[in-house]
Amino acid sequence: MSPRYPFGFLDEYAKKEVRRSILKAVAIPGYQVPYSSREMPMGRGFGTGGLQLTLSLLGRGETLKVIDQGSDDSVNAVNLRSFIEMTCEGIDTTTRTDEADVIQSRHRIPEKPLREDQLIVLQVPYPDPLVVVEPSEDKRKILHGEGDYSRLLVKLYEDVVKFDEITISHRYPTRINGHYVIDSSPIPRWDVPKLNQSRALILFGAGREKKIYAVPPYTSAEPLAFEDVPFRVEDFTDEYGRRRACRRCGCTASFLDEFIDSNTGEKVYQCSDADWCNEYRAGRVEQLEEAEQGEPLPRMPGVTDEQGRSSVTGGTMPGVTNG
Amino acid sequence: MAKILEVRHLSKVYGRGCPRCFELTGPEYETNICPACGSVVAAHDVSFDLHKGEILGVMGESGSGKSTAVKCLYFDERPDSGTASFFDDGKQYELFKLNVARQRYLANHRFGMVYQNPHAGLNFDISAGGNIAERLLMSEVDNFAKIRARATHLLTRTEVLPERMDELPKNFSGGMQQRVQIAKALANNPPLLFLDEVTTGLDLSVQAAILDLIMEIQQEMDTAMIVVTHDLGVIRLLAGRTLVMKYGRVIEAGLTDQILEDPQHAYTQRLVASAL
Repeated sequence: MSPRYPFGFLDEYAKKEVRRSILKAVAIPGYQVPYSSREMPMGRGFGTGGLQLTLSLLGRGETLKVIDQGSDDSVNAVNLRSFIEMTCEGIDTTTRTDEADVIQSRHRIPEKPLREDQLIVLQVPYPDPLVVVEPSEDKRKILHGEGDYSRLLVKLYEDVVKFDEITISHRYPTRINGHYVIDSSPIPRWDVPKLNQSRALILFGAGREKKIYAVPPYTSAEPLAFEDVPFRVEDFTDEYGRRRACRRCGCTASFLDEFIDSNTGEKVYQCSDADWCNEYRAGRVEQLEEAEQGEPLPRMPGVTDEQGRSSVTGGTMPGVTNG
Repeated sequence: MAKILEVRHLSKVYGRGCPRCFELTGPEYETNICPACGSVVAAHDVSFDLHKGEILGVMGESGSGKSTAVKCLYFDERPDSGTASFFDDGKQYELFKLNVARQRYLANHRFGMVYQNPHAGLNFDISAGGNIAERLLMSEVDNFAKIRARATHLLTRTEVLPERMDELPKNFSGGMQQRVQIAKALANNPPLLFLDEVTTGLDLSVQAAILDLIMEIQQEMDTAMIVVTHDLGVIRLLAGRTLVMKYGRVIEAGLTDQILEDPQHAYTQRLVASAL
């Protein structure tokens, strides 16, 4: 740790400004709050927005997890983590989802459901979902204010006409709390249902575009779709109609990455969330069939109410302490 | 007959304007540029009523202010003074006093606009069906099958082959584009439709077919329309009543037959006499 940097790298005024913008973002769910976005010692587009949020929120004694594409070991995640370790004296880092107080992430929300005392910061390249249909920011602000997302829906319409389904794979436009539609950052469709009624606060930071927005806990998040063409998550069934399993841990309820085995040359599938894969292999989590339908809350055997739903307070998994 | 629109003393000046603009311009001065300040008086003191199911023609040469008046009513332009009341479902809306969001709501849900240039009314990057869908999606129709059915119905009605609804409008002929534009304007069954030089630039047989279509729609749906044109033939065929505009003023108004048979103003007389 170099004593030349203040705690959290940013000066106190910068952190205060980010925190105030976060408060506003939480108060107006889904609204993109502009902020000044300081220069960081890394290129814009490498997660500077998320980094500023994390640095402004992290306090001594707290634990941080950084993931990129679900992995704690990818270059971007490692570099961000060591930068934060270097500039925030007295914090801990972890790769375990349930040990983390703050999770900074790119492309994924952890498979393991987050708790009320956790918060997740997502790095966002393009905060405005309307940018694909309206180049002028002035006009986009009017469309957001009036909740007019008809042009986005026309894009979905054209998709269904051409391909019989909605083909957006990531950055799925999602309506928060019945009004603002957000760009859900480059998370796959698989993770979009996790935004809905999330127990953890979800923050989005766009450093290059200088915007912060939030999905507060227990807030509705509905992906845009048609009444008769509903939103659906990625389908991992193979040609025989069986759900593909992770070749490492055998889980059939997680988001899978597909790659080519360099020895055999065949396609293999593995959990995208590295921590989930480890936990599952170690037998610390149960097979969760519900997650296959994209339901965010997994079920623990035995702790279900009369309707057969898992109860909210007891709904954590075995081996996981509830915070 | 129920009144649907009441416009009184509508004025629009481009430029900074001065107190003498209105006294120094108009047909008697043969200009709409104010000699004192150089502002353009595009429209001044335009008043008229429109009833349900009626077609009102607005005729005049280029620059006479006919399009400006209609653009003000569709909120494309802001008038400088005047009032317009829109009567809909037993409610009365003061068009120029509404906030911008309410204005846009009315424009999207209760008015339809067909421009001379299809590029102004259609999005050329999305299919013909998508253009119609956009207007339906604005009014919270979120069922894909219903949108498809409505778009198919409208395109069939406007005689565009429904098999071509998923094509981009740029692949269509000018007349087809105009039909798609009309279909889009009709998507929400608006009680009031503005048609700004819809047949200008089309060949004669296509013009005739579009005019036929407009008349059929008016009779079927009882839509009130304001038809802006410089073409006497269009006025004669469509409009029950007509305003003649020159240099931003209404110089003559009345039943179309009366105006064409017995024009009072010198300009109208010349216009009618020059028509072959």
